[in-house]
Amino acid sequence: MQAVKYARAGSVEEAVSLLQDGGDTARPLAGGTDVIVQARERTRDINLFVDIKHIPELISIEYSADSGLTIGAATPCYQLYGDSTISELYPALVDSTSLIGGTAIQGRASLGGNLCNSSPAADGIPSLIVLEAQVEIAGPNGRRTVAVEDFCTSPGRNVLGDGEFVVKLHFPAPAEGSGARFLRFIPRNEMDIAVANAATQVRLAADGTVTWARVSVGAIAPTPLLVSDAADALVGQPLSEETIAAAAAASSAAANPITDMRGSIRQRVHLAGVLTERTIRQAAERAA
Amino acid sequence: MTTTEHIVVNCTINGEQQVFLANERDSLLEALRDRIGLTGAKEGCNNGNCGACCVNMDGRIVNSCLVMAAECEGAEIRTVEGLASGDQLSPLQNAFLEQAALQCGICTPGFLVAAEALLEQNPDPSEHEIRYWLAGNLCRCTGYDKIIKAVQQAAGQSVV
Repeated sequence: MQAVKYARAGSVEEAVSLLQDGGDTARPLAGGTDVIVQARERTRDINLFVDIKHIPELISIEYSADSGLTIGAATPCYQLYGDSTISELYPALVDSTSLIGGTAIQGRASLGGNLCNSSPAADGIPSLIVLEAQVEIAGPNGRRTVAVEDFCTSPGRNVLGDGEFVVKLHFPAPAEGSGARFLRFIPRNEMDIAVANAATQVRLAADGTVTWARVSVGAIAPTPLLVSDAADALVGQPLSEETIAAAAAASSAAANPITDMRGSIRQRVHLAGVLTERTIRQAAERAA
Repeated sequence: MTTTEHIVVNCTINGEQQVFLANERDSLLEALRDRIGLTGAKEGCNNGNCGACCVNMDGRIVNSCLVMAAECEGAEIRTVEGLASGDQLSPLQNAFLEQAALQCGICTPGFLVAAEALLEQNPDPSEHEIRYWLAGNLCRCTGYDKIIKAVQQAAGQSVV
């Protein structure tokens, strides 16, 4: 382990100040399931952990029909999938948080951490994208909000500047007739990193017409992608084999993957389409 | 390199108040094994994949290699050493013996702590629930079936 120091922040302002003073080698610590490994294996130069999870608003789940869902960025996965409101209204978040790591990881890991780690294969981010999450960031100049699809910039990198960290994630209340689903492809059933993953949210009118859609695919490009062409292929008509196939083809066309030990370019391009198709069908089932 | 500063950590371990010194860079696993002398939790992968270092922290299982010792201020930690009462093994530990659910034993403390936490919150788990809960604990000897049976036995289920 690097000679890393530890500081527990009691407030957002204190955390910002500690991160700013610590400079490039200070990192926020929430669940630590990525960042402690990075410090130990020296894949990131880290000299200070600023523990943000004792700040009350960082561990919180709030919902109202007017303002939607707000979750503290450090809220561990098990609290998210164990929450009855999230299970009922945002099941795609349950899909994601219940398969990030195993039980012991889910006791600590958070969606904010999953987002800030900014892995192309992050299992939280496609769900955040299709659920239109807004990322609330605190920093030396106060707070700002970024749409989640604009947050990651390249593998392991994102829009956070010096002294900034993610405080909360905001989601609009689900509209009538909407449903969302996240799926991941891995060789076993649990505890693995995605070969590819995808999420879809659709909104269906009473006559079955798709009135709105979002499709996101991960592990097939340097960042998780919002695939607008896939959504465009669905909107304005009822779901059919043709529109679903067109959306799947759009995801495969948007894919720009690499070949690595988990899968090849060809396999990932194929999976982008397959997972898009499956998430569309299952999101529509949830919308019905 | 900066000089190592020791920190003081106050927490509860297996029901007893503990105050211990640790390096600021120590993981909870290193503190348990090297500072406190509780060597039940094992270092396998040291990166969160294997579960051999699993302990219970504030009612949830965690990989102690992925917890900083400094984070444990005020925490309630339970390790495999806390399962037995004196010479009296817990029902889960007895079930592991009776089902021969271990060979080399390195993974066993992690499995015991994880399975104990499962049975606390779900006293009658299905086989699927047991396997899913324990997916983060790796065993290279037994092939898992005997471990699953031991957990089923401890849950009072009939084991074929």
